[in-house]
Amino acid sequence: MTAVGGMWLVRRLVASVAIIFAVVTFVFILIHVAPGKACTGEPGETADPVECARRAREFALDRPLPEQYRRYLVALAQGDFGYSFSLHRPVREALADTIPFTLQLAGAALLLDFLLGLGLGIYQAGRVNRLPDLIIGNFTLFIYSLPTFWLALLLLLVFGEKLGWFPVGGASDPIFCPVVDSAYCLFDRLWHLALPAATLGLVGAAGTARFQRAAMLEVASQDYVRTARAKGVPERRVVLRHQLRNALLSFITRFGLAFPFLLTGAVLIETVFAWPGMGRLAFDAILTRDYALVTATALIASVVVVAGNLLADVLLGIADPRLRVRSGVDAESIAA
Amino acid sequence: MTLGSWLALFVALIGAAEIVRALRQRGLKHERWRRFFRNRTTSWGLGILVFLVIVAIAAPLVAPLDPIKQHDPVHLKNLPPSWTFILGTDVFSRDVWSRVVYGARVSLGIGALGALVAVSLGSLVGAVAGYYGRRVDAVLMRGVDVGLALPRIFILLMAVALWDGLPFVTLALAIGLTSWFGTSRLVRAEVLSLQQRDFVVAARALGAGDGRVIFRHVLPNAAAPIIVSAALGVGNVLLLEASLSFLGIGVAPPRPSWGNMIADGASSLYTAPWTTLFPGLAISLVVMSLNAVADGLRDALDPREEGGAA
Repeated sequence: MTAVGGMWLVRRLVASVAIIFAVVTFVFILIHVAPGKACTGEPGETADPVECARRAREFALDRPLPEQYRRYLVALAQGDFGYSFSLHRPVREALADTIPFTLQLAGAALLLDFLLGLGLGIYQAGRVNRLPDLIIGNFTLFIYSLPTFWLALLLLLVFGEKLGWFPVGGASDPIFCPVVDSAYCLFDRLWHLALPAATLGLVGAAGTARFQRAAMLEVASQDYVRTARAKGVPERRVVLRHQLRNALLSFITRFGLAFPFLLTGAVLIETVFAWPGMGRLAFDAILTRDYALVTATALIASVVVVAGNLLADVLLGIADPRLRVRSGVDAESIAA
Repeated sequence: MTLGSWLALFVALIGAAEIVRALRQRGLKHERWRRFFRNRTTSWGLGILVFLVIVAIAAPLVAPLDPIKQHDPVHLKNLPPSWTFILGTDVFSRDVWSRVVYGARVSLGIGALGALVAVSLGSLVGAVAGYYGRRVDAVLMRGVDVGLALPRIFILLMAVALWDGLPFVTLALAIGLTSWFGTSRLVRAEVLSLQQRDFVVAARALGAGDGRVIFRHVLPNAAAPIIVSAALGVGNVLLLEASLSFLGIGVAPPRPSWGNMIADGASSLYTAPWTTLFPGLAISLVVMSLNAVADGLRDALDPREEGGAA
């Protein structure tokens, strides 16, 4: 990497850290100024004033907000996420238990999203305004417009309940698999993963297909594509070598922007399928006003979003030689 | 369903079809609106939207029954669709069709209001940042960077769950206030390129103040991306509202919104799927129509197609 590129990366990294810091501060303030005390929100427990006072003392909740904030940052700098008082365990443990599940879900969904979405988009771009393009176009428009949680309920109803092909919730066989590890259990996990991942993946794929088709058409009117065609390059080669290669550049940007979608999706999908991931954890944390857990999940969420953007920019810099000399790439402006 | 509500529904359908036909007739005279109507899907989307807006406005006529009244929680709960209850009844024995119709008011209202807030704020911030440049631009755009990195669903969950019992106008505001960051970037980019154009320079040379230049000269010429993001924004806000209501913290029951109807229905998904099915279908239909209209607007307003082969 050139010196200019190195400087650019350093500046981007510093900016990213600053953004994450601002997000954490915002969330910290928001959760602390929200009405209600830390012990009023727990379901199934009546607020006990003695317990409230004890907890307030233990977690320094009776101190002024700036001091709490300072303490929080000091702990965070040492890698301490704090203690979750709704789960009665360190936040780090709760995260370590749930994040792998969200990663599985998001990873599988992303794979389906990109494979199916790219395939459809490229296929359509080769047949613009002909029947297959119109049929797929209307279909992706429809899927793209579905609320993910509703699609999840439909798939659950049809493939889980009516046909019985897939389990209706959870991440694995609750009796057998927690204790034994076997080939059956690996299969069992994938089997549980299928419906939630398909829900997120399908909606994502519809968006990707629409995006990719538009990106291919955008490139199609460029001079170099016309030149290639005029030279007599076979159509297939024009589409794959000239159009696709350049359209993939904007696809990289879309990859960076996929994370916020997956995050929102995770909260909803994990709720519908009782998937024990971080989205569900964050939602429960908010409902119980679990300060440490809320700020920790928000921190991780913003790290994921910012890292996604950064990764897309770096990939774009590597993939597109035209951008290497420029000081920075504005992912959003290219996507638009 | 009563005869009156069938009649009202029929009139709404005819009305929507007529309005779209009239718009189309007038539009065919202009090059850009011809591009808008060129796509079949776009015309259908527009028709569906007009129809649903009419239904929402005329809700008391189209809905045969009170959407909140529990008719008979013992005998009439979770009834499948029939001639009396055209879309069935829900777990509290309320008429699903009447709730879908009244829910249109809430869901479309929140969608429109939230998008209005988001687009106004986004345009304003984008225009100011692009117009003044330098310091102002740097500060505003760093703020937008932070906004885009916010885990929006968490922020909304926090705002709505912890400030209990927000009226639904506030809900729309909250969603709008967290949805303008993308628009502001689009508008800023557009303003930056307009900045150098002769008519802006001329306006300034003639002594027009900043406010006048921004609102009279710059923003109207940046209308294309603003309009498209408004159309998409309504759908996004509506989906967010539905998601929040589905999680049980959006529009408070018993007032029907399509999202909280799905939440109610999900508890009896297997025994009474229609209570989940129809409100979700309504959401999908609206969002799909909005996306189709946004596609059409993008074609119509794209300056690169101006005077093109079409």
